[in-house]
Amino acid sequence: MRVARQIGQRLVTALPSVAGVIVVTFLLTRILPGDTAAYFAGPAATPAAIEEIRARLGLDQTLPVQFLRYVGDLARGDFGASLTTGQPVLADITARLPASAELVLVALVLAVAIAVPLGIIAALKERSLIDHACRVVATAGVSLPVFFTGLLLVYVFYYILGWAPSPLGRLDVFASAPPTASGFFLIDSLLAGDVETFRATLAQLVLPAATLAIFALAPIARMTRGAMLSVLGSDFVRTARAAGLSPNTVVMGYAFRNAVLPVITTLGMVFSFLLGASVLVEKVFAWPGIGSYAVEALIASDYAPVQGFVLVMAVLYLLLNLCIDILYGLIDPRVRIDA
Amino acid sequence: MQRRTFLTIATGLAAPAIHSPARAQARNETLLIVSESGPNNLDIHGIGTNVPGYEVSWNCYDRLITHGMKTGPDGTPYYDRDKLVPELAEDMAVGDMSVTFKLRRDATFQDGTPVRAADVKWSLDRAVTVGGFPTFQMKAGSLEKAEQFVVVDDHTVRIDFLRKDRLTLPDLAVIVPCVVNSGLVQKNAAPNDPWGLEYTKQNTAGSGAYKVTQWTPGTEVILERNEAWKGGTMPKIRRVIWRMVPSSGNRRALLQRGDADISYDLPAKDFAEMKTAGKLTLVSTPYSNGIQYIGMNVTKPPFDNPKVRQAVAYAIPYDKIMEVVLFGLGRPMFGKSSGPTEVAWPQPHPFNANLDKARALLAEAGMADGFETTLSFDLGFADVNEPICILLQESLGKIGIRATLNKIPGSNWRTELNKKIMPLYTNVFSGWLDYPEYFFFWCYHGQNSVFNTMSYKSPTMDGLIDGARMAAASGDTATYDRDVRGFVDLAFTDLPRIPLYQPYVNVAMQPNISGYQYWFHRRLDYRSLAKA
Repeated sequence: MRVARQIGQRLVTALPSVAGVIVVTFLLTRILPGDTAAYFAGPAATPAAIEEIRARLGLDQTLPVQFLRYVGDLARGDFGASLTTGQPVLADITARLPASAELVLVALVLAVAIAVPLGIIAALKERSLIDHACRVVATAGVSLPVFFTGLLLVYVFYYILGWAPSPLGRLDVFASAPPTASGFFLIDSLLAGDVETFRATLAQLVLPAATLAIFALAPIARMTRGAMLSVLGSDFVRTARAAGLSPNTVVMGYAFRNAVLPVITTLGMVFSFLLGASVLVEKVFAWPGIGSYAVEALIASDYAPVQGFVLVMAVLYLLLNLCIDILYGLIDPRVRIDA
Repeated sequence: MQRRTFLTIATGLAAPAIHSPARAQARNETLLIVSESGPNNLDIHGIGTNVPGYEVSWNCYDRLITHGMKTGPDGTPYYDRDKLVPELAEDMAVGDMSVTFKLRRDATFQDGTPVRAADVKWSLDRAVTVGGFPTFQMKAGSLEKAEQFVVVDDHTVRIDFLRKDRLTLPDLAVIVPCVVNSGLVQKNAAPNDPWGLEYTKQNTAGSGAYKVTQWTPGTEVILERNEAWKGGTMPKIRRVIWRMVPSSGNRRALLQRGDADISYDLPAKDFAEMKTAGKLTLVSTPYSNGIQYIGMNVTKPPFDNPKVRQAVAYAIPYDKIMEVVLFGLGRPMFGKSSGPTEVAWPQPHPFNANLDKARALLAEAGMADGFETTLSFDLGFADVNEPICILLQESLGKIGIRATLNKIPGSNWRTELNKKIMPLYTNVFSGWLDYPEYFFFWCYHGQNSVFNTMSYKSPTMDGLIDGARMAAASGDTATYDRDVRGFVDLAFTDLPRIPLYQPYVNVAMQPNISGYQYWFHRRLDYRSLAKA
């Protein structure tokens, strides 16, 4: 009950940020160079034709009028329509968000599975060969631009070796999508009991997820190592060791549990910048995600999808931060969620 | 859990791509096309339908008439500008001030309703009324008012001419005057959308050879053959899957691995390399009536002086552009050494790279020390525009013209063009209707259309263009030839814009794909394609 009230309070304090995001994205998209009407009037348009389209899009109104109309539409759950895809923005985003989320989550799980053990071992064996290896791997991963890693993986595993399926998005051309329940193909295909689609989805996911995971290794591994080092050097660990507890209990039960807080914070940050980095990965792998959607809209100075994208992202970040705060409370009882 | 996920992914990585016999069967009847971008609207009459949307319209709708085929420059089938053949019409009778079409009696729309004259009239009315690009394109052929389209009986339509215009009939064979299922669309129209544009944006409602069965914007379009098509020979391809693959490197990899059947917007470098490798069928055809050029604003100094413009024409590194930027994939439009002016367009101009002449002309213009200017280009086509402009910038520097590059985002390019203030820029123009006077009317005429990007105005030029248009309408060949030669010559002496080359449409396909045809719209016609 108390927790629920605190969550409610947190959400209320988030409202001004959302309002700010709405105003800023609205203004930003208007300041950007580019004339939507001229772009969509086509190459052969006369000035009259451009004006006609401008009026039809409501862009001939003054900024305050446009803004009021935009806020009114938002209140009714109408995010406007995208001119690049021709669909309502909300429909586009609900169709594409799961694709990005699935990719980013799989990448995050993959990165954590590799980076956390790597960081712990590096901390336990400080200045050993494995510690240096950890540093090299992490630095290399974060220094390589994701589109380069992506293209390299495609070149090696698809073009040269032929192990990976063609980089054509979430599913092979001849496979059909599982019935939508969560929008996550991995989950939906299992729910439908369709093992072949599950395998096909997984096969498509491997390269893009690996690309993102390589990029995300560095912060997680380095943060785990650093946090572990400081905890391992603290008094209670020395006491535990002196009391003759098994190394396993000391490391995992005492040290790691205390080192995990900063790692969780980093995970939150990594998750948000993976969503950003996924824009390029989505381009390379023809992934029908939300990042490539926003970029295409931006190139066409198509306002509605950009505004919708930023708004959804802002809300997503708010929720993510909230989740992390709650997680803090669960891991460390000293932390409370009131802001 | 984490370990298990990792292991599952690791085994997935090791497993090769899945190939089952059922899939192989599906592949033989299916064509997989990969391209950079896809349609934003399935109806060419919609607001702001993009070029990939035209491809859908072309394949899913019929027109009254279409073009026959001839053999193009390199043996590729090429649409015949002068041969109009029936599609939905079975007969066409051209009178003095009207043309009458008899419709095929057996033609039906994809939902089974027969095609009636009322549908044709409704569709043409729609094209001239909705505004924007379709209405503009109809106007190019003097098709402007709904009263021009008359239903004579259930299977006969008459189109009255507003004026004599040679472009009226060809304009009925472009993509825009497609015949739409008016009953179906009107059923799905809303009071504020009387032409049902919202419905046709998402659904194809034609009598054409294909219908869109699934469309995921930005991801894929799936088209199925219309088994009841009457507009021509039944196409061989049953199913077309058109996937959007933004990375050109991956499009190339998909082709070379044999996973994709066709792609047609690869960078020149990739295309040239694949041509050398010789494993795929590669077809390059020049854009009909299209030219990449260097334009100059002739209303403001220094480019208001023809001598300065000629100096620029002598300072362009033409051969280097062809070699380094295009890898030879373009038809040179420069360096014509001799011979009379032809009655044709595009044709090469006499200038070549010659820095001494350029310097001399600048000195004559009183600008021996050169000047500063900006050189603008559209970032939307940066892979061609940027290297061209860098080469030009370097070369202009040698004669003292110090140009700063001005990179304009694709979304802003047309706005900037419309302002007509850029002093020096590169751009491309191409017209669907392949007639010299059509090109000149839009690009050089003093009516100062959007495409007369130079703001060039010359009464002599206007007289010659108007003369050629009138002579074409009345069939006066002698006057027509004289006026066309006249305006081409004038364009090469006044030189408000300097043609560089005619771009190529580059299509790459697997060797087992046949039947590719070049069309004025430069997109794919699925109806003629076949897969062995």
